[in-house]
Amino acid sequence: MPGISEQLSSILQQVSGYIYPNEIELQWSLMIVVYPYITGLVAGAFILASLERVFNVKEVEPTYRLALLTALAFLLIAPLPLLLHLGHPERSYEIFMTPNTHSAMAMFGFIYAWYLTVVLLLEVWFDYRKDLVLWARREHGLRKWIHLILTLGATDISDEAVQFDQKAVRLITIIGIPSAFLLHGYVGFIFGSVKANPWWSSVLIPIVFLFSAMVSGIALVLLLYTLIGLARQSLDMACLDRLAFFLFYALILDLSLETLDFIHRLYEAEESIKILSTLISGRLFISLVVLQGLAGTVLPLIFLGLLSPAFGHRALVRLPEELRRTLYLASAVLIQIGIFSMRWNVVIGGQLFSKSLRGFTVYKMGLGGLEGLGTSLVLLAAPFFVLYVLVKLLPPWKETPAEEAPGSAAPAD
Amino acid sequence: MTTETKPPQAPANAEEQVSRERREFLKQCATAAPLLLGTIAAGESVAGAAQEQGYKPEEHYYGMGIDVKKCIGCGRCADACKTENNVPREPLYFRTWVERYTITTDGETVVTSPDGGIEGFPPSVSEKGILRTFFVPKLCNHCANPPCVQVCPVGATFITKDGVVLVDKDYCIGCRYCVQACPYGARFLNPVTRTAEKCTFCYHRVVQGKVPACVEVCPTGARVFGDVTARTSPLARFVRFNEIQVLKPQLNTGPKAYYANLDGEVR
Amino acid sequence: MPQQVKRLAVVFVVLIGALIGARHYLVPKTFGLLGHYRAAAVEANASKPMMYAGHEACAVCHPDIVKIHDDARHRTVACEVCHGAQAAHVDSPADHIPPAPRERAFCPLCHAYDPARPTGFPQIDPITHNPGHPCITCHNPHAPVPPHTPQECSACHGEIARTKTLSKHAILPCTTCHEVQELHKNNPLASTPTKPQTREFCGQCHSQDAKAPSEIVRVDMSTHGQRYVCWQCHYPHSPEVQ
Repeated sequence: MPGISEQLSSILQQVSGYIYPNEIELQWSLMIVVYPYITGLVAGAFILASLERVFNVKEVEPTYRLALLTALAFLLIAPLPLLLHLGHPERSYEIFMTPNTHSAMAMFGFIYAWYLTVVLLLEVWFDYRKDLVLWARREHGLRKWIHLILTLGATDISDEAVQFDQKAVRLITIIGIPSAFLLHGYVGFIFGSVKANPWWSSVLIPIVFLFSAMVSGIALVLLLYTLIGLARQSLDMACLDRLAFFLFYALILDLSLETLDFIHRLYEAEESIKILSTLISGRLFISLVVLQGLAGTVLPLIFLGLLSPAFGHRALVRLPEELRRTLYLASAVLIQIGIFSMRWNVVIGGQLFSKSLRGFTVYKMGLGGLEGLGTSLVLLAAPFFVLYVLVKLLPPWKETPAEEAPGSAAPAD
Repeated sequence: MTTETKPPQAPANAEEQVSRERREFLKQCATAAPLLLGTIAAGESVAGAAQEQGYKPEEHYYGMGIDVKKCIGCGRCADACKTENNVPREPLYFRTWVERYTITTDGETVVTSPDGGIEGFPPSVSEKGILRTFFVPKLCNHCANPPCVQVCPVGATFITKDGVVLVDKDYCIGCRYCVQACPYGARFLNPVTRTAEKCTFCYHRVVQGKVPACVEVCPTGARVFGDVTARTSPLARFVRFNEIQVLKPQLNTGPKAYYANLDGEVR
Repeated sequence: MPQQVKRLAVVFVVLIGALIGARHYLVPKTFGLLGHYRAAAVEANASKPMMYAGHEACAVCHPDIVKIHDDARHRTVACEVCHGAQAAHVDSPADHIPPAPRERAFCPLCHAYDPARPTGFPQIDPITHNPGHPCITCHNPHAPVPPHTPQECSACHGEIARTKTLSKHAILPCTTCHEVQELHKNNPLASTPTKPQTREFCGQCHSQDAKAPSEIVRVDMSTHGQRYVCWQCHYPHSPEVQ
């Protein structure tokens, strides 16, 4: 293979200590960092949506449908990084045909399928059904047909039928919350169950993954809601404050769990502690301490703790709306960077040190190629395009206020 | 089965009875033959050439013994393995390799494996005094409780009835979960087939009664191959007369690569 | 039953039916027969071509060489270690001539001095040992007896000899402490030299009343390191106390 030699010699020069010869090249690349990041957003966005339905948190009601569509958009893109990573993506159907029931990865395929069909699609369908019927009735052309087909022919919108829809949504949401926990907790379990890798093998990894997913999901919805709300000039500040409130506490929980894991490892000081300490203070310092810790957790905690109604009805520091909004936005962005770094630190970090516990290799991230930086950026941007299509097809907001006011001449959406 | 339409007639004599019974038998054969041949044909794809020559997997359970004191680090085993199994020659892919450990008088342990030890090792240079130094051959341990088999999502890696962990390269999807799950670093992704690969105990040699290539070429007899459970086999003698250790016993993988004279510094 | 449920039931039944139907076509025929894998894969692994013939194969056509080889020191070294993988040669001998390594770089792969190699394993320093000459000039690879029986212990035990040369025991020949039979020089493992077993042995030179030159260090054997044998603290080949 022509390209291998220069790449190989540069990697070999940067190997420090002793690593098993087969460990020189990393197996799970940036694609496997992107994948848990995306599924985390799905779980997090869904749990935020379920807050409104199940726990009747009225302030965040404006974000309900948006959160659902966001979860759906990201879930549809989620398999792509996996397919790009496989040596034989054309054989990927085998996971559904002959799954090894002992394998976390195989079982995850079914959890994904369950979540996509029984939870997300079904909930979206029940929530939108009445609107789909109404839209289909007064639209024309392609849009009308799309909406009509989506109703699956269930066009009864009598009170009884609509009540059934609402009950169904509530039931699905209740099922959906543990399903969302299972969805991303399982991704954590895929790593946490690997006894060969001391960085991954931990009881807490599924929990940490889940809570960091919630944090990233809530932050994403906050981000999207702010941007879309600003664009449509219909931003509800109370909703935003409540989102920030939930984000703050989710972040506290996430930080507590990660700190617990850290303290536990440090205290027990098992054999792997030496190499892992060198890993954290060396190759993983910037992505772990700086990006994930300081920028991604501590800074947003400060912003959110001071500015949101985290400790009562009034915020600790009252700032004008625009400034508060901007800092919320900044926090949400920092959190995304922090959570992405967390996935990087787990996936890449776990492969940087040798299982002989005696050395390190390097990760040569390509810019191009199927698993390179370029592809990752496309995959991270793709869900937003899917979301755009979904939002155009299934508008998540109520009709504009002008329309609902009597005697208004404003056109329908 | 064909049904008789005529009522049975009493045979006139014994000869007629025999020939009638013979006709009956031949008729039954004619109908059963396609079924039988069909079964054999279906079985053929599973059984194959080796079993036609009388190889019965249930009669064996393989392991490998390695005597660390005998290994001279010549690297012939690593080289032979790549030749026998057509492994890419880049120093990234090894089914087996040799490590050299150097423990100095101030307690530091240095481990090297230049190109897996294929071209031997450069002279060890140490300013500090050397306390202990030795070579350790490594390979897939063909665990009795293999974590790689546990995590394969599609069933592309498996342990055979004769205790050899193999990879089905026509079924593997290349997800590399097995590579992550192996605590010994024995697996890799073959860049040509884009499937997982590892030491197979040269299964294609073993079913024909030969030893793996690495065992064949080891000049000092540091590698010993055979049946773990047999009363008499080189491996049976090896595990009887040596104090045996395995790598990473705390992970409970049940490795079947048995090391004699293994130093505690070996990971 | 509400209309929604009826419609959804149809969709789910169709999806699940498709999945089950797909199984029939997509799951390989031999899957699950022996375990959770394609049974045909066992045969696929078992039917790969062999590259190494195995040393038994050589005896069929080269019995004379094999006889010499199997009686000599390289009896544990298979033919294909030096001559390469030769299954092709066994199949069609004339078309594949096995190479024979004749250059100096080959033999040191096993025989170059390395402290990690066992003591007594024949090792030389490739730079100083008969430089320029191919190894086979003096050593028949099939029966690699050294051209001269080594007279000095240092021929095989170089590291020990070098250590001893720099120590206070330098002038002592190895036979001072080790009884060696002549057989050991030709067949080392058949007859191993003895080692001293008791404190009194070292006491022959080092006790207070030993009949030995006065410049030898003396200790009071009754009190010095009473519970131990001497070599637990003093390495005999370099006995300086640190």
